[in-house]
Amino acid sequence: MSSKYCLQYGGYVDKGWRTRTGCRSSDPNDRSAQPGYRSPHTVGEPVRSPSQPRGRFLSSGIMSPPVAPPGWSRWLVPPAALSVHLSIGQAYAWSVFKPPLESALGLSGTQSALPFQLGIVMLGLSAAFGGTLVERNGPRWAMTVALVCFSSGFLLASLGAATEQYWLIVFGYGFVGGIGLGIGYISPVSTLIKWFPDRPGMATGIAIMGFGGGALIASPWSAQMLESFGSDSSGIALAFLVHGLSYAVFMSLGVLLVRVPRIEKPAGGGAGGAPAPSALSGVQVSARGAVRTPQFWCLWVILCMNVTAGIGILEKAAPMIKDFFADSSTPVSVSAAAGFVALLSAANMAGRIGWSSTSDLIGRKNIYRVYLGVGALMYASIAWFGDSSKPLFILCALVILSFYGGGFATIPAYLKDLFGTYQVGAIHGRLLTAWSTAGVLGPLIVNWIADRQEEAGKTGSALYGTSFYIMIGLLAVGFVANELVRPVDPRHHVSAPKEKEAADVQR
Amino acid sequence: MSSGSSPSDSAGPPDRRPLIAFAWLWVGAPLCYGLYELVQKATQLFTG
Repeated sequence: MSSKYCLQYGGYVDKGWRTRTGCRSSDPNDRSAQPGYRSPHTVGEPVRSPSQPRGRFLSSGIMSPPVAPPGWSRWLVPPAALSVHLSIGQAYAWSVFKPPLESALGLSGTQSALPFQLGIVMLGLSAAFGGTLVERNGPRWAMTVALVCFSSGFLLASLGAATEQYWLIVFGYGFVGGIGLGIGYISPVSTLIKWFPDRPGMATGIAIMGFGGGALIASPWSAQMLESFGSDSSGIALAFLVHGLSYAVFMSLGVLLVRVPRIEKPAGGGAGGAPAPSALSGVQVSARGAVRTPQFWCLWVILCMNVTAGIGILEKAAPMIKDFFADSSTPVSVSAAAGFVALLSAANMAGRIGWSSTSDLIGRKNIYRVYLGVGALMYASIAWFGDSSKPLFILCALVILSFYGGGFATIPAYLKDLFGTYQVGAIHGRLLTAWSTAGVLGPLIVNWIADRQEEAGKTGSALYGTSFYIMIGLLAVGFVANELVRPVDPRHHVSAPKEKEAADVQR
Repeated sequence: MSSGSSPSDSAGPPDRRPLIAFAWLWVGAPLCYGLYELVQKATQLFTG
């Protein structure tokens, strides 16, 4: 029996399935060519006929997906993803630059927040509209775009600070850097899922944990830099310059290391004539098709509600814990409140890797039942008993924040379960508009209600009670949306043109 | 079907373990710094 094997990589582009395929006869001395052989640490051993040119198989440019060379370990892909996510996670440490900018350039608090706000808006827009490009051009292209945009955003901001042109800081960090945030955020998701089909939750959890970890690194690092260089405009300019150059070097590891796996397909089917397993086997739905399904919008609601609930705590964590225990025998000091915020950041990060990995064991629907159902119970506990017990308040807040992080990290794997790996990165990009919506909704609810309660003469925990009940309601809506998630209707599925695939196999 | 292995087949793929260690150290070192700073700040909740 002929055991001719073919390698296939590529994917669906706008007008159909495009592959690059190479075949060879199996060699009895080459274990990797044996039917059914899978390296425990690699996905897809490369197969290349000696007569065929090497360049056809190992693409070197950034415009084509970088296919893994022989023996490439999949454990090289998470650090590649982390180098990008740890960098762009700096966005959440923007607040370090706010006071120096306000004093150096005479800005208000609202004005100094503009670069961050524009950056987050651009993150959502570029992830939503650039997702298809990321899928088409591959992770190396996406990471290169993220590196260039994020670093040059800092360089433009440096120029803006040096010349005291604030608009240039807003444009550089917010607009240009924001594109880097969005493209960088989604750049490794699809690739990680393809390398870790057995543990997609863990794989995307590692990367998305990096986004949370980025702020932990940047916050003290940026503060120390400003202390050394000075908080005047030239000191800020130098700090921006060092940030831009350092992040360019740090992110380059991701660009150099990231690889897409090859997919082995036995020609003429697998054992017994059954179709060979493939990363593209199972349900596959295009990004355009996905947004037309109720499943996409259910997940949109789930993510939006979960993030809104988390931001409800995160937004006002420091004043909240002080208000809750202001009248108690042990009021919370300013430094203790800062410690509480730091602990919440740790819970957020731990939730990203911990809960997302757990979802590989108990399933995506069940883990969101926990996030949304138990999250609502945690909010109820804070609302009813939070002001009577500090440990209970802290514990509930930590659990809510871990669910917030877990919700972010698990959603790519949930998308993969429902829509397949075909354009999961692009679908994820479109779903991140839920994050942008929640980013406005969460703080708006908590701040608006706290202000109204304060005007009504209320103090302490009474400022937040109504917000918490609203959060419970939102989580209940998310819980119902999760219950409504069903497998995608087959009419939305994309099928590979088998004739062309067969032709590739025989070539 | 070939009956023997070429020298490149018998050599096998290169050992990637040093590269894996370097890559994880590259991202792990700054992450450890961030976590250390975080722990320092978080302890203020119990001491401050």
